[in-house]
Amino acid sequence: MKRTMNHMLASVDQGADELLVSNPWRDLRRFTDARIGLGRAGVSIPTQELLAFQLAHAKAQDAVHTPLNIGQLIKDLSAIKSDCAQPPLSLRSRAESRSVYLQRPDYGRLLHPDSEQVLLDYRNTTSQSYDLVVVLADGLSALAIQENATPFLQLLLPQLARGPIPWRIGPVCIVEQGRVAVGDPVGEILRAKCVMLLVGERPGLSSPDSMGLYLTWSPKAGLTDAYRNCISNIREAGLSYEEANRKALYLLNEARRQGLSGVQLKDRTEDLVLTSDEVRGNFLVSTKG
Amino acid sequence: MYRFRQVVGSNTYGFKSLGELMAKATPARSGDYLAGVAAQSAEERAIAQMTLADVPLKMFLEDLLIPYEEDEITRLIVDSHDLEAFQPISHLTVGGFREWLLSDYATSERLEQVRLGITPEMAAAVSKIMRNQDLILVSKKCQVSTGFRNTLGLPGRLSTRLQPNHPTDDLTGIAASILDGLMYGSGDAVIGINPATDNVAQACRLMRMMDEVIQHYEIPTQSCVLTHVTNTIEAIEQGAPVDLVFQSIGGTQATNDSFGFNLATLAEAQAAALSLQRGNVGNNVMYFETGQGSALSANAHFQLDQQTCEARAYAVARCFSPLLVNTVVGFIGPEYLFDGKQIIRAGLEDHFCGKLLGLPMGCDICYTNHAQADQNDMDNLLTLLSVAGCTFVMGIPGSDDIMLNYQTTSFHDALYIRQVLGLKPAPEYDAWLKRVDIVDAQTGRLSSQMPSAFRSSLGRLLGH
Repeated sequence: MKRTMNHMLASVDQGADELLVSNPWRDLRRFTDARIGLGRAGVSIPTQELLAFQLAHAKAQDAVHTPLNIGQLIKDLSAIKSDCAQPPLSLRSRAESRSVYLQRPDYGRLLHPDSEQVLLDYRNTTSQSYDLVVVLADGLSALAIQENATPFLQLLLPQLARGPIPWRIGPVCIVEQGRVAVGDPVGEILRAKCVMLLVGERPGLSSPDSMGLYLTWSPKAGLTDAYRNCISNIREAGLSYEEANRKALYLLNEARRQGLSGVQLKDRTEDLVLTSDEVRGNFLVSTKG
Repeated sequence: MYRFRQVVGSNTYGFKSLGELMAKATPARSGDYLAGVAAQSAEERAIAQMTLADVPLKMFLEDLLIPYEEDEITRLIVDSHDLEAFQPISHLTVGGFREWLLSDYATSERLEQVRLGITPEMAAAVSKIMRNQDLILVSKKCQVSTGFRNTLGLPGRLSTRLQPNHPTDDLTGIAASILDGLMYGSGDAVIGINPATDNVAQACRLMRMMDEVIQHYEIPTQSCVLTHVTNTIEAIEQGAPVDLVFQSIGGTQATNDSFGFNLATLAEAQAAALSLQRGNVGNNVMYFETGQGSALSANAHFQLDQQTCEARAYAVARCFSPLLVNTVVGFIGPEYLFDGKQIIRAGLEDHFCGKLLGLPMGCDICYTNHAQADQNDMDNLLTLLSVAGCTFVMGIPGSDDIMLNYQTTSFHDALYIRQVLGLKPAPEYDAWLKRVDIVDAQTGRLSSQMPSAFRSSLGRLLGH
């Protein structure tokens, strides 16, 4: 009896091996985070992959609802060593809560009247005019700003302040429940020539912490996306801080030189560094051994 | 001052304009509430639908939702309207048009004959009083076929865009996703990359990379880098191998202004792509993407509902004989389409309106992590659209776009629905899959072994 049982189990195992087709190219995962080489049962996704996907989706949904830790962010920013460092201003949009934020993007693009007053008061205390104001907005992932804003600015701000034509940089403005366009009224009220907004992008399954950068020359409330330039996916595992810094410097200097931003200002930064993929080439057509 | 009036019991409902009536007749969705144009109650919506059903189709030719002088898309719609094609349906109301479309009289041939007589507003209006099954039934009868290096949209076929996006445009990472897709039979509609950064040099590099793959394996398909139309024009000037010109389009001139182009820009790009003569099956060189909510997002909606604006975008598309039109239905987020139910409805409406107007309509069946939706909702929409004869869907490794941060249909998903409904890829591509042993020519199923040509490429990289 026992013998028969073992025999049956063995044959079931063997059947299961044949049911699941694995993919030899799964090893290519060392070159990408994409969910390649999943294998298949028939034409469908294997159980383990199905469940892993559902866990990732659950985590990303949770990330949308985690609030920005303002106190920690201000503490982190204070470590930036730059001649122009000033205490950050804490602002908020007209969206009162995450729930309102998700359903009313128009509120997320507008400053709360209290915050407008904060900016007006600030402006009235100083005769200083600014070339650049940096705005940090939580967007759809506060985690992205929490993790990436400080190390990125640590590279960029000192270089801007010490360049051949130094940028006069205003206080960093932190906007809670903010969307991309909220940077423009901030820049307008502070009479900045340029506004650079860092925002938490919508979390992906593999990247709950992706930060976007939006640049507007001559910011004013009501401008459309056509007036902005964008650098996307800034995070340690995405576009590196160094690379993002290089692109941002290029865009900022070109915007200042041409006096504009948006679709008329193209990103012409060639890849200066030979990255590993250039060395490897496109393996699908390469004849290199 | 009501243009339209309906008395129900002791209640009188009034609608000030055709645009307001259309908006209030639209099935509920968050974007119309956001715009402040939606019906205020379920009853008002039902009454608006009854009122809209009585509106003669002819009224849409007179009562322009956005003034002719203010909007080049209105001018395009009016100036390109074909009165002769309109004649067979010119006596109908919106309600009568629904019955005409559903009737046995409306064969595929007759639907094609009236195509240029239907304006986007007529299509939008009738869709608002159609149930999901109506949208599916009529879509299925509308046949639209296009070609570049293969033939898309034939009956019994479902094509896929292979979307090998990578967050840093890393060539090896992109090649890995392309390989994965090809091995799962994906990519007959297009191999299309959304670049991480809008940059002409980068776009050219990706175009060359895909061109090499297509030539090396002699794949009967086309490539596209989904960069701004002005970038593609520059790439063509620089001699890059451009198959298809991409652009996101909207249904009002002001929306397209916000995207940084106009109709003249598209015409210039189409002429430039045609001059390269890279297609060997057909000359459809444009790839457009649309999606409900883009006009409102650009504050360019003229108090119209988002589905009507979307249908107007199809007037832009059909003016340029596109190879592919893709409604990216759940990408925009919950403020426009709140949950799975709204995404599914919108996907069916867009596909119907596009097909009725004669477009090769596909759908990016998708959702974001801040929407109330999941994989089951996508399964439902994929199944419904495939029954409706959808031209193409997306294909991405494991449904996870690691660059755009959203979920769309996977390579596996397309194989599921092809198996359930007996659908095949484009004929030229289907033959190629069998020729290179990705698909077993005898059984029609995926081969269990990796084909030798691809195995050796993989071996070179991994050092096997």
